[in-house]
Amino acid sequence: MIRVPLRPLARILTARQAGDNPDMIERENRRLRHEEMRDRGRMRAEGRLLFMGIAFFRLFTIIGVRLGILASTEPAEPRLALPGSEISANRADITDREGRVLATNLQTYALYAHPQDMIDPHHVATELAELFPELDAAALERRFTDGRKFMWIRKKLSPEQMQAVHDIGDPGLLFGPRQMRLYPNGHLASHILGGATFGAEGVASAEVIGMAGIEKFEDDRLRDPARPEPLALSIDMTLQQAVTDVLGAGMKMMNAKGAAAVLMDVHTGEVLSLVSLPDFDPNNRPAPILTGDPGDSPLFNRAVQGVYELGSTFKIFTAANAIQLGLVTPDTIIDGTAPLIWGKYRINEFQGHNYGIQTVSEVIERSSNVGTARIALEIGGERQKAFMRSLGLFDPSPVELVEAPGARPIVPPRWPDIVTITTSYGHGIAASPMNLAAAYAAIANGGTRVSPTLLRREGPVQGERVMSEGTARDAVNMLRRVVTNGSASFARIPGYPVGGKTGTADKPNPQGGYYKDRVVTSFASLFPTNDPKYVLVVTLDEPSDNTLSKPRRAAGWTAVPVAAEVIRRVVPLMGLRPVEAEDVSGDQLAADIE
Amino acid sequence: MRPVLYVASFLGVMLLAFWAYRENYTTQTMLKDVSALNREIAQMRSTLAMQRAEWAYLNRPERLQQLVNANFDRLQLLPMTADQFGSPEQVTYPPEPLFGLTIDPNAAQDELIP
Repeated sequence: MIRVPLRPLARILTARQAGDNPDMIERENRRLRHEEMRDRGRMRAEGRLLFMGIAFFRLFTIIGVRLGILASTEPAEPRLALPGSEISANRADITDREGRVLATNLQTYALYAHPQDMIDPHHVATELAELFPELDAAALERRFTDGRKFMWIRKKLSPEQMQAVHDIGDPGLLFGPRQMRLYPNGHLASHILGGATFGAEGVASAEVIGMAGIEKFEDDRLRDPARPEPLALSIDMTLQQAVTDVLGAGMKMMNAKGAAAVLMDVHTGEVLSLVSLPDFDPNNRPAPILTGDPGDSPLFNRAVQGVYELGSTFKIFTAANAIQLGLVTPDTIIDGTAPLIWGKYRINEFQGHNYGIQTVSEVIERSSNVGTARIALEIGGERQKAFMRSLGLFDPSPVELVEAPGARPIVPPRWPDIVTITTSYGHGIAASPMNLAAAYAAIANGGTRVSPTLLRREGPVQGERVMSEGTARDAVNMLRRVVTNGSASFARIPGYPVGGKTGTADKPNPQGGYYKDRVVTSFASLFPTNDPKYVLVVTLDEPSDNTLSKPRRAAGWTAVPVAAEVIRRVVPLMGLRPVEAEDVSGDQLAADIE
Repeated sequence: MRPVLYVASFLGVMLLAFWAYRENYTTQTMLKDVSALNREIAQMRSTLAMQRAEWAYLNRPERLQQLVNANFDRLQLLPMTADQFGSPEQVTYPPEPLFGLTIDPNAAQDELIP
């Protein structure tokens, strides 16, 4: 930058010669310089202001234009979706453990009407009433003409029905797409699946919500759009069908009013088959009954909700408990002289028997109430309670059914000695067949607790240990002897060593006391006893075998033959080979082969 | 020199504008194609679901049982039993080669079964 000197020599000399004050020149120049500096500063400031103004103006213009565009355009979804991010609006399917479909969805249509668009309401009403018998022509016509703008007519239409409605040809009849839940196997596994219904309904779609069973329990999982893969159950459809078949026939033969069966894998707790009869069609779920006992409704799941006194099947828990505590061995001698007088109570044997002196193993084999009571008294109430709780007999089954948590076993609130005695042979305490199956599974798998599940599991599950392997082994051998020498002789199946315990319990009368001629019989079994893999519990409600002049109701005559037939049917389906004679210890199999 | 630069950049802008125009329309066509394909996929999925449901319905155990009963004369199907398990000894294997000689199985069969 060229600086103008404040006192230029030439002008100062001229001014001096002219006699002027040279300071004036300096002041003049100083003033000019300051003016110049001021102008420059102002220019710069103005430039900056202008720049900022333009910048803000543009920014606001852009925002304004964008807002205008957004406000004036139609909303549209982005059309480009990345592959792999697919979501499904459908409810997930339910399959069995092999992937066979148990529940799926079907596209169908709902029928609704816009009465104001209707040409001939009278004709439409008569035609519709002819198509659908449940509709009333007069009522329909009244509703078509009372000034409403919208009404539902039917929730589901089959394609044929839809075509027929199309053929009526009235513009006031409209169709809304629907996803319908379909259970292709009908009655099969109805208590597990439960059923589904429509939740919030709109013209374009309706939500499908679970109503009962696993559909309701897993509702969130099934509706989750991010998890469209099917829900695999632990149920095997083939086994389920075979068990349902045999149990249904058995129920008829034994004149029972209800039956339940649970087939469980003892290592994983997976329920392979869960049957409760009578059953229902989940496609067309019946309404709950309002009068009488809800336990008689086909909707009632006897295997999970049915809390029964399961009788002598509990005796093995008493024996296992005593062996675990080291109080007895299977060969310990027990005084089983009947009757046992305890305070004001008399404990008798079934049909007035008196077994006298016997071993623990024989107590189980003959199902001696007195013998079990003696063992229980040695164990004591507290240890008995703790052992039964550890087997899961005091808590609702943790299976994935919405009904399960409500079915709490009935446990006496106080535990005096008489309760210790009755509990030891399964009276005064009530549990569901599912509870019983889980407890037997703990014996069968070598003494670890099993938590039953209806979902397919990968690999074995190691539960908490409730008894030693030796105890479990002794208990299995005792159960085997019940079949070879005791009350469950019908369960001798050639090639398949079965062990189990029968139970016959009088049904409690709602008016108090017990019925004389109504029983619940059960057979809890495990097989094959040389390496137990499966547990089967069969329970019959009010059976009676009337083939002889006097009806027979004991479990050995009712539940055991049915259970044996179930086992005969399912073992080949599960790929269990018959055991060769030398694989099983001693004379037990010889008795089977006969 | 400068006019050439101007003309060149103008032409460049024109070219880019043309390219952008074409790209825009290609993209829109592709989006249309994709949505058409997606619609087709959805359609096929629902058809597949329908077929699966129908398959499951036609294969329901109850119906199979009825079919088995109806065709019992011809098929004679009965529930599986435990004695249907075979043992490996029951399987017929090809004959052992004689004297360690490797014989062509087809030729061997010709010799054994004249």
